[in-house]
Amino acid sequence: MVEITYREALRQGLREEMLRDESVFIMGEDVGLNWGGAFKATKGLAEEFGEHRVRDTPISENAIAGAAVGAAITGLRPVAEIMFGDLISLAMDQVCNQAAKMRYMFGGQTSVPLVLRSVFGGGKNLASHHSQSLEAWFMHTPGLKVAVPAFAYDVKGLIKTAIRDPDPVMFFEHKLVYDKKEEVPEEDYTIPFGEAKIRREGADVTVWGTFFMLHKALEVSEELAKEGISVEVIDPRTLVPLDKKTLIDSVKKTGRLVLVTEETKTGATTAEVAAIVQEEAFDWLDAPIQRVNAPDTPVPFSPPLEQFFIPDNKRISDAIRTIV
Amino acid sequence: MVVDKKTLVELFTRTLKLRLFEEKVWELFGENLVPGTLHLYLGQEAVAAGITAAMKKTDWVQSTHRGHGHVIAKGADMNAALAELLGKATGSCKGKGGSMHITQFDAGVLGATGVVASGLPIAVGAALSCQMRGTKDVVACFFGDGASNNGTFGESLNMSAIWKLPVIWVVENNLYAMGTPITMTCPSGDIADRAQGYCIPSKVIDGNNAVEVYEAAVEAVERARQGEGPTLIECKTYRMRGHSRFDPAKYRPQEEADYWLSPEKDAVIVIQNIAFENGALTEKDAEKIRKKLQKEIDSAAEYAIKSEYPKPEDALEDVYAEVF
Repeated sequence: MVEITYREALRQGLREEMLRDESVFIMGEDVGLNWGGAFKATKGLAEEFGEHRVRDTPISENAIAGAAVGAAITGLRPVAEIMFGDLISLAMDQVCNQAAKMRYMFGGQTSVPLVLRSVFGGGKNLASHHSQSLEAWFMHTPGLKVAVPAFAYDVKGLIKTAIRDPDPVMFFEHKLVYDKKEEVPEEDYTIPFGEAKIRREGADVTVWGTFFMLHKALEVSEELAKEGISVEVIDPRTLVPLDKKTLIDSVKKTGRLVLVTEETKTGATTAEVAAIVQEEAFDWLDAPIQRVNAPDTPVPFSPPLEQFFIPDNKRISDAIRTIV
Repeated sequence: MVVDKKTLVELFTRTLKLRLFEEKVWELFGENLVPGTLHLYLGQEAVAAGITAAMKKTDWVQSTHRGHGHVIAKGADMNAALAELLGKATGSCKGKGGSMHITQFDAGVLGATGVVASGLPIAVGAALSCQMRGTKDVVACFFGDGASNNGTFGESLNMSAIWKLPVIWVVENNLYAMGTPITMTCPSGDIADRAQGYCIPSKVIDGNNAVEVYEAAVEAVERARQGEGPTLIECKTYRMRGHSRFDPAKYRPQEEADYWLSPEKDAVIVIQNIAFENGALTEKDAEKIRKKLQKEIDSAAEYAIKSEYPKPEDALEDVYAEVF
């Protein structure tokens, strides 16, 4: 098997789905010929499939999302891209009031099989409007599915599942994982939604996290192993549906839980997961659940400020040491 | 254009059907059988009647919060429509949508929406879908003068123009956005003026004259079907009642209301007189049509009243395609 980047794995997944199903098409700002996506995820696809299937749009986020809704309910399978996750704020009506609710408020008359791709996270000094991690907004909206692939193998399998899914899928990527490499099969495969992956097995403490924080948590786990602390790292891969079982089973084994994401702390996905665990595994917990998040501020620009904002390896290891 | 007698009868029948339907809804509302709020289509019937008479069954309409008329005009089943308004399990949305989401996909309705102006991007997507799938179907998108001040108006008109989409933008300018008069929100008073900036042909017509609406619609539908792109039709019209359930609309100047609510401007009387003058209809024919429609509507109301409410726990269904 060949090692390829997350970006390349994502592009492979998109390409294979477009070859498999002619109703699949891509639309978004600068996804086409001139640019290939701000993070180059769609590079080369317009050349191969034509500009009608890899469609550049005006800067009109609400209309991009709404057009995806309209196309999805009339027989197409749109993959819309919003260039930065922060900009989904401009499309919230279509995402949360229309895509998420149509099946329900129309009594099951229609499915809304769209994928909305976007990218979260800091680490590139892009300041308050291009660095946020807003996945909790969508986890909080019934009707949406939420995928959060952090590794190359997963991004290919999950994008295929997302495209084939009958419900609207918010497909979130992270700026710092596009260049991460992993062995990825060249052939077709899908990854079911709602199945977490144990990235590292351990006995003393469970770490549950998303996106780039998983990569950091794995580094921290290596370090702590040298001291005899055995860390189990869980990657949910999708937030909706959420694999509670894998997490609860792990907590029952280790008795300790640290939750790590790049989101601002209040109302983050970690808060929801902490609540689930105390409801479903309270008796197995040997220590308070620890949360490692960003502080409740906008994302700052200057390198020392941003480095302070984003949880680092030390904060993760400190949280683990607090309860182990 | 010479509108033939058969079409005049059809326009009369459609206009009258919407009037009688809404009068029945108002009656049921008075009997406390319609939960929630209501935005009646009374007064504006000629718009939906004229537009839909120029369309095929496989064409689509995108509706608004004042949507009963659009849905019934497009050929929706009245039993399911009235049952929905009463919140019954036999409603087209199983009682999950009600007045503001009254929808029947199999009649070619993409949805009615509680968010003003949110239908426009969805119409763009549906029209894009018709174009990409090569169906030759067209989309008529209804919206009000109020919606024309939302960002989606510009985003959607622009997208429809650059991609030459088969869409007809139907502005129902009833002179008030809830209680705010058009003079306070639109400098020229004509929404159609704005279409020029998007290179979309437009015209202002008497929205209470079903023949005028029909003629404009035939031209616009033909343009759309031929791949020549969108048209905007601004229909000047007026609400017979207030904005919603208990609004007596006292903010409307008496002189203005007297003009619009006179028999000379009444949508049903206007088309009836045209049909009489052209020998398409006799008074006896008109009465026969009225009786037949009234019977259907009474029977639909009886069906709706007799239908059961949904089981409380049905509230949990239809969020996603599958339960997880």
